[in-house]
Amino acid sequence: MAHSRDLSRPRQAGSPVAARDTVLGHQGLRLEEDLLFELDSPGLSGVDLPNVPAVEARLGGLERRSEIGLPGLSEPEIVRHYTRLSQKNYAIDMGTYPLGSCTMKHNPRLNEKVVRLPGFAGLHPLQPVETAQGALELIDATAQWLKTLTGMPAIAMSPAAGAHGELCGMMAIRAALDARDGGETPRRRVLVPESAHGTNPATAAACGFTVDPIPANDDGRVDVAAFAAKLGDDVAAVMLTNPNTCGLFEPDMIEIARLIHQADGYFYCDGANFNAIVGRVRPGDLGIDCMHINLHKTFSTPHGGGGPGAGPVVLSEALAPFAPRPWIVHDGDGFALVENDADTGDATPIGRLKGFHGQMGMFVRAFAYMLSHGKDGLSQVSGDAVLNANYVMARLQDVMTPSFEGPCMHECLFDDRFLDGSGVTTLDFSKAMIDEGYHPMTMYFPLVVHGAMLIEPTETESKRGLDDFIAVMRRLAESARAGEQARFTGAPEFTPRRRLDETMAARKPVLRWFPAAETAEAAE
Amino acid sequence: MRYLPLTELDRHDMLAAIGAPSVESLFRDVPEAARLNGGFDLPDHKSELEVEQIIGAMADRNMAAGDVPSFLGAGAYHHHIPAAVDHLIQRGEFLTSYTPYQPEISQGTLQALFEFQTQVALITGMEVANASMYDGATSCAEAVLMARRITRRDKAILSGGLHPHYRDVTETQTRYLDLKIVATAPDLTGSEDLAALIDDDTACVVVQNPGFFGHLRDFSALAVQCQAKGALLIAVVPEVISLGAVTAPGDMGADIVVAEGQSLGNPLGFGGPYVGLFAAREKHVRQMPGRLCGQTVDEDGRRGWVLTLSTREQHIRREKATSNICTNAGLCALAFTIHLALLGEEGFRKLAALNHARAVQLADRLSSVRGIDVVTDAFFNEFAVRLPRPAAGVVSELAAQRVLAGVPVSRLIPNDTGLADILLLAVTETTGEDDMDALVAALGEVL
Repeated sequence: MAHSRDLSRPRQAGSPVAARDTVLGHQGLRLEEDLLFELDSPGLSGVDLPNVPAVEARLGGLERRSEIGLPGLSEPEIVRHYTRLSQKNYAIDMGTYPLGSCTMKHNPRLNEKVVRLPGFAGLHPLQPVETAQGALELIDATAQWLKTLTGMPAIAMSPAAGAHGELCGMMAIRAALDARDGGETPRRRVLVPESAHGTNPATAAACGFTVDPIPANDDGRVDVAAFAAKLGDDVAAVMLTNPNTCGLFEPDMIEIARLIHQADGYFYCDGANFNAIVGRVRPGDLGIDCMHINLHKTFSTPHGGGGPGAGPVVLSEALAPFAPRPWIVHDGDGFALVENDADTGDATPIGRLKGFHGQMGMFVRAFAYMLSHGKDGLSQVSGDAVLNANYVMARLQDVMTPSFEGPCMHECLFDDRFLDGSGVTTLDFSKAMIDEGYHPMTMYFPLVVHGAMLIEPTETESKRGLDDFIAVMRRLAESARAGEQARFTGAPEFTPRRRLDETMAARKPVLRWFPAAETAEAAE
Repeated sequence: MRYLPLTELDRHDMLAAIGAPSVESLFRDVPEAARLNGGFDLPDHKSELEVEQIIGAMADRNMAAGDVPSFLGAGAYHHHIPAAVDHLIQRGEFLTSYTPYQPEISQGTLQALFEFQTQVALITGMEVANASMYDGATSCAEAVLMARRITRRDKAILSGGLHPHYRDVTETQTRYLDLKIVATAPDLTGSEDLAALIDDDTACVVVQNPGFFGHLRDFSALAVQCQAKGALLIAVVPEVISLGAVTAPGDMGADIVVAEGQSLGNPLGFGGPYVGLFAAREKHVRQMPGRLCGQTVDEDGRRGWVLTLSTREQHIRREKATSNICTNAGLCALAFTIHLALLGEEGFRKLAALNHARAVQLADRLSSVRGIDVVTDAFFNEFAVRLPRPAAGVVSELAAQRVLAGVPVSRLIPNDTGLADILLLAVTETTGEDDMDALVAALGEVL
């Protein structure tokens, strides 16, 4: 999670100018690259195909008659195009990526290797189940690991991402309430902390609920008294992230669970930060009813520039009957899939949330990750993640302003008080980090502190790497205080592009390329 | 543990800097009763070699559609993926980066998304497209919700030619939102007329081309009828290669086009991850779900790209967002866009022509097999046939002979006796004459 609000500012007069002009705009290894459409050589293709047999078409008279407008390029041009594009990205493989709440940890390459085994990559989702027993076995084994690690009795594997998992869990809660209350439940209010991810309120709304925010106390945790005061006959559920988005464990979790259950509501836990406690704490022991697990966070499936992810949801006994289709059953002969209502038996699933069976490619990677770490490695993962975050906090707390007292969990939260009077904002500070070779931390989230900077180093950073990062952060903090404003407001300087005009992008959206002729026409 | 860089000495020094006696002490906010202290049953860590052996053994217990004659389709298609695609998407700068929130160091992903959006708009015949959804089925549900926001009406009509999973997902995702879904019966003959169902409460009509049973239809008249009633036409494309040979839905007058993009760049992978395509008219762009990449300039006036119109999205709008979607299908979209870039206009159209021609060849061969009727007249690369007995049994018998004969409709629409004998067969550029020989021979034996 990070937030791309319209925070750009015009460049100030007198700030340093870009490197001297070159003929084509390239600057050494920093190579400019046109759009594919501007590299068109009509008639070229990067794929040679067999000849098309001569047959009489049976397209029902619907043959495409107009030109599509796709550009033609050869394979070497394509490889160069995307290689150049790739080099305009920051990535975990290049350096520390301390994006709080997003969990940018190393992505093991073994996982990429096994997912590409023909026995998985070449498997059709609707081939007879007797020909896909190994795939069903792997899904089932992954499900067993996740249930064991969370201490929960049931799981829905099909959700495609964290937010999709939230939808799954909240729909199961709605279905359980409807079933219990005999028809449409009158309970429509969902309590969500102010510090929650934006997906939580958006998901609640998508299930026909209204959202009622719960305030945080001065320690960055849920105010239990305020929470208790909001409970009532119309409350359906609480959605709580634990560890929360301030990087803190909610110590009153068990009491919150007791209170919501006493009020006949359900407890949805946002598992985005499960990586902080995996192998050490089972959320099931804290009294939750369901939780999604971002396989692309805790279990290190690659983020891929924005997905794909996977968001399996673990469920309590009370919610299990409402889990969406499909699921896997195991009988004496092997594994089978329950895909249709005709086969669901006593269960009353909410329906289906995804085509086919879920994000199989993510299950293979996550399973490889879990096997590689094992029970001992996973508790070391959470231990090192928490140790690294606390180390960063300890080493920065005298020059930056931690929002809450430690220890923190897997991420540490600072606000912008240390920048007071410096003329430097959280955004400026982040952009200056880019010039120092780092991806910024999550900025302006959570919303509960001013100018938030949420740093999540993850367990795959070495101490040497952290010490470098700390040295940079200390130097930048001192520099801001010393009034060296230009290095911040002019940043970034050493990037393929400097600050981009987000206001212009939103005011007159240009969301695709048009041929030059059409652009000229539109301008007239 | 090969993925963890801290040494015991590091941990010791770091705890000293923190002033904590142990790592365990950092977990002091966790109630004692909830701490596991190792008390659960899972195996310890394994070497890379062992993990590869365990997972490799599981892979070996599957019959990959790529290794045997396969005619499976119904929303997922076995196509050849050029080697450059997988090479490029595995570059760490693409694979291990996050959603491009910091545009100055994400121009690679952003430019690729801008190109992706342009390609999707071009092939669907639409004006704008977003930066991807989870898959075709969830895109379909989001399109229905978008139509409701635009029309402020509460009824959606789903064609009987819509893929059963798409229908199922749409019904599920809207079930608590006071939306009335009118889904017509499975349209085996491709002849249903939906116009009569459109009324003043209708937000949208959802059709699919090619339909679930393979039919190609011209929806131009239906688009006009929708427009006359103030409803939107949503066109679903389950096999995106078809757009290289068939009139684009945008050219038929569709208001929203959603598609499953798996066929370009993404392996079958037992059903996921795939990539949903979502295209619309420019006037509706502010009601679209999902991420959008837009063009702008940087402080030096140079062209660049950013995520834009984020005031539609959950991280800004929270409960008033157009969708709760956050992570989408970035890397699958990248694979799609690279594959389509490699093909280009010529390659894409030839690939589509090849798929169609081979499907016609198979349809001709099957129609001469005794007992088999080809049901679908106009099709792209997939069609339905009626067998003389239930298709599920035939498929199982052929699987035992290492031929994956297709998808029996009963797998997706059970308990419909009229459809029990119907088999869907898909043909792609990977289907050779020898595969067709094997299928025809095997069918001849069991029928």
